[in-house]
Amino acid sequence: MASSVYLCLLRAVFLVCFVNPLIQGLSEDESVFQNPHHQQEENLTGLPIVTFKWHHVETPYLVIIWVFVAGLAKLSVVELNHHVISVVPESGLLIILGFILGGIVWGADRAQTFKLLPPTFFYYLLPQIILDASYFMPNKLFFSNLGAILIYAIFGTCWNAATVGLSLWGCYEAGVMGNLDIGLLQFLLFGSLIAAVDPVAVIAVFEEVHVNEVLFILVFGESLLNDGVTVVLYNVFDAFVALGGPRIDAAEIFKGIFSFVVVAFGGSFLGIGFAILLSLLTRCTKHIQIIEAGFVFVVGYLAYLTAEMLSLSAILSITFCGICCQKYVNANMDEKSVTTVRHAMKLLANGSETMIFLFLGVTAIDTEIWVWNTGFILLTLLFVFIYRIIGTFLFTWMLNKFRLVPIEVIDQVVMSYGGLRGAVAYGLAALLDEDKIPEKNLMISTTLIVVYFTVILQGITMKPLVQWLKVKRAAHSDLKLIEKLNNRAFDHILAAVEDICGRIGDNWWTRGWNRFEENYISWLLMKPKARKNRDYLFSIFHKLNLEDAINYVSEVRAQTGVIYCTILSFVWFSQLAFVSFNNKVCNTFTYNQGRYSDCNAIHLKDTIPSVSLDIHGQDRKNAMDDINAHHLLQQHLYRSRKHHRHKYSRSHFSINQNEDEVQEIFQRTMRSRLESFKSTKMGVNPAKKITKHHKKELTHKVMPNGHPDGTEVEGLCVFLPHLIEAGIENPVFLPDMDSPTHSPPWLMETEAVAPSQRAQRRLPWTPNRLRRLAPMRISTCSTDSFLMADVSLTLEEHEEHSQTDHVEM
Amino acid sequence: MGSTSSTLLKIPNVEVLMQETGFSPAHIIRLHDRFKALDKEGRGHLCPQDFGAIKELAMNPIGDRIIGAFFSPGKETVDFHTFVKILAHFRPVDKDRPKEPNSPEPINSRSNKLKFAFQLYDQDKDGKISRDELLKVLRSMLGMQVTEEQLESIADRTIQEADLDRDEAISFEEFRKSLEKVNIDHKMSIRFLR
Repeated sequence: MASSVYLCLLRAVFLVCFVNPLIQGLSEDESVFQNPHHQQEENLTGLPIVTFKWHHVETPYLVIIWVFVAGLAKLSVVELNHHVISVVPESGLLIILGFILGGIVWGADRAQTFKLLPPTFFYYLLPQIILDASYFMPNKLFFSNLGAILIYAIFGTCWNAATVGLSLWGCYEAGVMGNLDIGLLQFLLFGSLIAAVDPVAVIAVFEEVHVNEVLFILVFGESLLNDGVTVVLYNVFDAFVALGGPRIDAAEIFKGIFSFVVVAFGGSFLGIGFAILLSLLTRCTKHIQIIEAGFVFVVGYLAYLTAEMLSLSAILSITFCGICCQKYVNANMDEKSVTTVRHAMKLLANGSETMIFLFLGVTAIDTEIWVWNTGFILLTLLFVFIYRIIGTFLFTWMLNKFRLVPIEVIDQVVMSYGGLRGAVAYGLAALLDEDKIPEKNLMISTTLIVVYFTVILQGITMKPLVQWLKVKRAAHSDLKLIEKLNNRAFDHILAAVEDICGRIGDNWWTRGWNRFEENYISWLLMKPKARKNRDYLFSIFHKLNLEDAINYVSEVRAQTGVIYCTILSFVWFSQLAFVSFNNKVCNTFTYNQGRYSDCNAIHLKDTIPSVSLDIHGQDRKNAMDDINAHHLLQQHLYRSRKHHRHKYSRSHFSINQNEDEVQEIFQRTMRSRLESFKSTKMGVNPAKKITKHHKKELTHKVMPNGHPDGTEVEGLCVFLPHLIEAGIENPVFLPDMDSPTHSPPWLMETEAVAPSQRAQRRLPWTPNRLRRLAPMRISTCSTDSFLMADVSLTLEEHEEHSQTDHVEM
Repeated sequence: MGSTSSTLLKIPNVEVLMQETGFSPAHIIRLHDRFKALDKEGRGHLCPQDFGAIKELAMNPIGDRIIGAFFSPGKETVDFHTFVKILAHFRPVDKDRPKEPNSPEPINSRSNKLKFAFQLYDQDKDGKISRDELLKVLRSMLGMQVTEEQLESIADRTIQEADLDRDEAISFEEFRKSLEKVNIDHKMSIRFLR
């Protein structure tokens, strides 16, 4: 608390003392700005050692000062939230802080010198937020709900605009608002700009409220896509207002509708075009990896500006650019570049959002813009709220007839309550032409009030509302151990069954699209290496018999007697492969794993008792045992997908802990599959029906007896995918190979196997198969248990065998 | 839709299936599509490798157990009927189903859901969850940091809480009783299988 107060004071002092004289100095210096050098030369009587060159640095300096102030503001707000119970969402606090700052500036200056100008907002502050949102968009979720999102975005926005505009006009005609110089078209224009749900505000509030992923994607997707409609409506009504009432006929209206199609689809396709450009670029940047991260931002921004230039929907353009390029860019770019892009994107988006909310507050402190008309403002608030609710329920009712998973009433309530307006509405209002629309200031005032109302008030009440609506939850502490265990088990069961069912619309269309995408689009846009890595690594570990590979290595190496080194290097390599696999896996499956914020992790950490959790048996009291058992469960139970629910967050992305857990689970699953497979191969059970596609091919291929050199180890890892490449199970898996000598050594307790015969069952290496699994990335978190354990086990076993093998050969 | 009825006709005994499980035709078709997608070689039945090819299951600590639940003891394959019947356990409960006195309990009743879960724990199918079985489950669901002693202590306490007849094992009745407070309908239902 002290630190935040300190920061606030610091900032206030800073502003008043520093910035203000700058501004005043600025206004004085303006007259001499034209001839700075001239002035200097005239007044020069001696050599000036140090001069105050304000006019040289004025603009960038002010910009940087405000960025700095915004950063301090965010810092103090976060500190405030940490100490005080976070009731008000951060965005709300930033707005309030903006009020304070605006007050300071106004107090010093009697005029609001730092307003949020529409060009600044639309060209410098908004694009990175949208790019960030679309780059981290969960694509599968988005596209599977695209129908609903489009319905809400298009029809919902039109409905909002029309109803709000018409209702306000009706009330005006009824005389509630007094005397205003305004007409129907202007009301409709106002309705269109106030109708749009704002992505910035939505993220800012929903980030702190955990809702289920479908609900989140519906609101979020709607807020992104409705820009297409908003831009069109705004421009159309703006043009209509300029044209004047009488000249609007059917042709013009038809042109308006047509322009929607052009603007929306044009913007989207432009964005997709830039996404293709970006993917192709990243495909070619193998040698200049240091700058490839920059391309993402540059091309994204280009997409935005180009669409703006062509009067198409800029937000849609940059949205689709981000959505379409993420997969290919992430696959093509070097891992470090991917990390750079992610961090930089979050940084920019965070910064922009902070500045936007801050300026929304600052802008309010300006006597010039405030026009108060009670009827207008209150009615707007009322209508915006009510029609949002009505519209949501109406469209959801229609949608539920077609959806497989109906949207529940609770979700609808949250959706309608989450229709927040934000800076986009303000920006559009500020862009209005005063000559055409005399009541511009009234509209700006109303827009600001609506924004404040939705962001602050609805933001504050969203969380309690969500909690109040949710089903009564059992209190955690009252659950017995078995209930806790079962709860988590049920989560896992559900996740597994959902995966088995292929819950995300696994139908003909999606499969067809996936096939098309894999074969053609990925071929074009992804680096060949990235393409091959994609499914490969998983297949390796799915069908792999690592132990068999170890055996093979051990046998071959036995010839040269360098078994130990090879196994170690094999282990090293497979660890790397495993780790690199996991990186890729986690990238590929991120949508599935979801991301969860630090909140969970922090919460769990806080529940660790200061007492060490080492339970050493009998001399503990029962109570302690109980508490410890509960804590152990709490802390160590693996989380299911439900807990990793995707949450698009401005400030967090996937946390390492998540990946570690996933890695651990995966290792154990694979290990147990290996072991169960081994035990079944021990002969008891009759032949499993395993595919024997290329069995014939197999037996004919002769394996070279290994190259006893460096490439051997790489070759080993290459040989693994090899097996998969041929689409067969490991030949050792193939059951009922008639001659017992064909069985691998560990199955034979006594007999040893002639390596040459074993070698025959392997596929040959070909030069172009080498190095497929490179580059390997060494991870600091070593995959200890799985591979080392296996290796150490087999190390002893096969050192014996290798002796006999050696003899045999 | 013409394709719907023709697809339905291709599935043998589809009427019986719909009756037993309560799935609608649209769901049966979706599940059939999914079944075909999983059955990559088009043999008409699934084997464990087909399930294992689902990447996400490998990330699930009890994924393999659940795969095992699809296969009746001794059988190596799952045909479409079994597949659907097992998935039927996860249908949300029909609240407004008329209670006919003589009809068998629907597959997605609370009791059957619990039985399914019970069978996941009770691998040797003796009707009780022994200490060892519980240990196995705990081991798979807890992180690697938990030591063997801690696991055993948790298993002991769990059995102690739930075991009412003091036989060091949890029977189905004890299992059911211990989960009285849990909303099984909610926790073991998948919305889109309604």
